[in-house]
Amino acid sequence: MRPVIPYVTAALLFGLGVYGVLRRRNAVLVLMAVELMLNAVNLILVTADTTARAVLPHSGQVFALFVIVLAAAEIGVGLAIVLQLYRLRATVAVDDVPLTEPAVSARTVGQDVEAGR
Amino acid sequence: MTGADVLLLALGAVAVGAGVLVVTTKHLVRAGLYLVVCLGALAGDYLVLSAELVAWVQVLIYVGAVVVLLLFAVMLTRAPIGASDDLDRPGWPAALIGGGAGLGLTVLLVDAYRWSTVELPEAGTAERLGEQIFQSWVLPFEVLSVLLLSALVGAVVLSRPDIGRPGPPRDGGAVPLDATAPAGPAAPREADVDAGGRR
Repeated sequence: MRPVIPYVTAALLFGLGVYGVLRRRNAVLVLMAVELMLNAVNLILVTADTTARAVLPHSGQVFALFVIVLAAAEIGVGLAIVLQLYRLRATVAVDDVPLTEPAVSARTVGQDVEAGR
Repeated sequence: MTGADVLLLALGAVAVGAGVLVVTTKHLVRAGLYLVVCLGALAGDYLVLSAELVAWVQVLIYVGAVVVLLLFAVMLTRAPIGASDDLDRPGWPAALIGGGAGLGLTVLLVDAYRWSTVELPEAGTAERLGEQIFQSWVLPFEVLSVLLLSALVGAVVLSRPDIGRPGPPRDGGAVPLDATAPAGPAAPREADVDAGGRR
């Protein structure tokens, strides 16, 4: 087995993930690109498990399992944030996210409208 | 070139090709489906690399759960069915940084490993990995379980707007719209006065 083949695959996938995170405007697509990067790291870990003889056997595969768990936690919280953003702003474009705290929050404005009817 | 090399090359080409389509397609739903192809090819890679348990966990969690969650998010954010033109920002910087990272890592790894061969180790079955996890990696395992729990609680708090707020809204216009809000005798009257004052 030539380890250079999966290593190069992982390097290219990581580059694609970086490109996607920087290029995409839709937050869900940004999360998909993050998944690509995490999978590239997993492939590196699993391949390194075959090439490097560690003191503890299968350490790389155990690390890959841990990264999969981390990715599951990340995707859960990330999608909760994205859905909350969509609820508040009706958009998931990351360019439109306000980076400063607004003076009056959107929810309060909505309630004013409700009360003013 | 042995059979394993050919398989790795083919699966790697499929994974990279599907990855290119994930980051370039104009259809939101298709991006999620191409992600399935990419992650499935990676699971095949893991199988060839004798990581059986990781491969099946990859199929179970990534292809089964994460992609389904992403597709749910695509549909909950009312994504259009056809192609959308506003998905990308104009990005030479993205191509520059992404290409630089990918090609730089490629050069680094090719230079490190050349065309060398290694013997595949014994397969990472569930039994062997379980022994390792529950003998050598117990503490990280427990910490990860706490992290998963906190991520769960965090996601619930984030998606429930009625909990975790610092206090009641500042102006008196907080009309209790839902039945769970405390409806004291003074609250509706205040709201009426407030609403009447604005009219």
